[in-house]
Amino acid sequence: MSDLIRMNASDLVEAMNAGQVSSVEITQAHLDRIAAVDGDVHAFLHVNSKGALDAAAAVDAQRADGQSLSALAGVPLGLKDILASKGLPTTCGSKMLEGWIPPYDATVVTKLRDAGIPILGKTNMDEFAMGSSTEHSAYGPTHNPWDLERIPGGSGGGSSACLAAFEAPLAIGSDTGGSIRQPAAVTGTVGVKPTYGGVSRYGVVALASSLDQVGPCARNVLDTALLHSVIAGHDPRDSTSINKPVPDVVGAARRGDVKGMKIGVVRELSGEGFQAGVQTRFDETVTLLEGLGAEVIEVSCPNFPHALAAYYLILPSECSSNLAKFDGIRFGLRVGDDGSKSVEQVMSETRAAGFGPEVIRRIMLGTYALSAGYYDAYYGQAQKIRTLIAQDFDKAFAQVDVLISPTAPTTAFKIGEKMADPVSMYLNDVATIPVNLAGLPGMSLPIGLATEDNLPVGLQIMAPAMADDRLYNVGAAIERELLSKWGGPIWAQAPELAGA
Amino acid sequence: MTAISREEVAHLAHLARINIADDQLEHFAKQLDAILDAVAQVSQVDTADVPAMSHPIPMTNVFREDIPVASLAPGAALAGAPAVEDSRFRVPRILDEE
Repeated sequence: MSDLIRMNASDLVEAMNAGQVSSVEITQAHLDRIAAVDGDVHAFLHVNSKGALDAAAAVDAQRADGQSLSALAGVPLGLKDILASKGLPTTCGSKMLEGWIPPYDATVVTKLRDAGIPILGKTNMDEFAMGSSTEHSAYGPTHNPWDLERIPGGSGGGSSACLAAFEAPLAIGSDTGGSIRQPAAVTGTVGVKPTYGGVSRYGVVALASSLDQVGPCARNVLDTALLHSVIAGHDPRDSTSINKPVPDVVGAARRGDVKGMKIGVVRELSGEGFQAGVQTRFDETVTLLEGLGAEVIEVSCPNFPHALAAYYLILPSECSSNLAKFDGIRFGLRVGDDGSKSVEQVMSETRAAGFGPEVIRRIMLGTYALSAGYYDAYYGQAQKIRTLIAQDFDKAFAQVDVLISPTAPTTAFKIGEKMADPVSMYLNDVATIPVNLAGLPGMSLPIGLATEDNLPVGLQIMAPAMADDRLYNVGAAIERELLSKWGGPIWAQAPELAGA
Repeated sequence: MTAISREEVAHLAHLARINIADDQLEHFAKQLDAILDAVAQVSQVDTADVPAMSHPIPMTNVFREDIPVASLAPGAALAGAPAVEDSRFRVPRILDEE
């Protein structure tokens, strides 16, 4: 078992079942890798060495005892720092929550612990999940393992980078406008935003409650499906949680058969703004799907060009309300409380000191969009466009089983390149936002490297609500063909990190 | 075209309870202006007769049985508080001096 850190999660489980390796050994190998390379990558904000090894030892004992275990028992994981984890710091990438230790676990974290999944640590993210590059983290950016001068995507850049750097075989992300899928695309990894309500939001720090969804990340489709099935399902503590059976995502990931399926290419998610090398890989994938017996047709979603603008009104509006809880009263930072100042003065000083510039911009934008005199023109109008986008999807899914597009318009850009221009940063999310607005599931998986920069390109697959299994079926079919074409996984083409 | 003023930014910052230094107001005004310019295209979309959508799934009230369950112990609830006094959150003064 020489290269534990490069193995798939499903293979690690087989090796543990066969008695060839223990969870403690696997977990230690990943902790060693973190120690070796995370100084360069900075995927982790907090490393949970003892907790992870204790959990691994407990699983090893249960396995030795012949107890029935979950499909991922003993495989360690990186947890996005947006999920409350009892006894582990949870900062959300913000100074506002520096040093805060939650007194309870998010439901997803409870499910991970119950499944015997050791938590290696908390992964870096844009502050309160606002960003597409992880540069808005108050604790410094994460670096893309494919090129350390480039961004790993955002907001979940820590979760995508820890996978691409072999610091973890599994990770958890959250996706409000693309924060799982865009990081997956630019790091050559797989990420899924489940159907809204498919995974509990209890204990997840809210950005925009009508858009947020937690989801699985891994280096291949099957591992992503296995993790999806661990975290999904109804939760009485989340009133927006869907009380229906979880789609058979693992079965779909093992099947991977698109013969006879109808697949729609979204006309509006191509052309201007999309990098040539991204478009080339996408077009090749269309040919590949046709070769596998799928019928690929072009579909128009005429309101998608307005999705970005609607999103950047809806999201700030919801976040300006959600982030009101960070007021320096019950938990987190408090600044300026010298006994002479009023509660409002202390709140205002605390929020100015605790929030970074992007968070402040979005709170003020939301406050503006919701204020009297502007509400109908901005927030109200954006909500109507949201309806039009959901209707575009309804019409498209009357014709096809899934929709596809490039996940992100470009490959990973350079750190610092877009920081001065918030609007150009927002354009990264142009293809990922529509499914969030409609509450639908979406996947990103790697489909090759762009010829002009040798950086990973992601394909996005979109499906109707509660048809998450279709993402895995189509993703697995594409992945199988590409692995055979490449002669191995995409990451075999990535440069070695110096720390290794 | 939106041209958000310094004074408006100061007002928004007050509503949002965020102290913004005077020398930062201009900076935020320019950035908010650029963002509002970009999102103003929503006004060009014809939405006559289109209902507003606030949420992706139709929301109805969700009820559960009224059964007592364990809650956080006071010590755990207060463990992350910036200031504590007599097993309670200690807050800055909430009334004006006069």
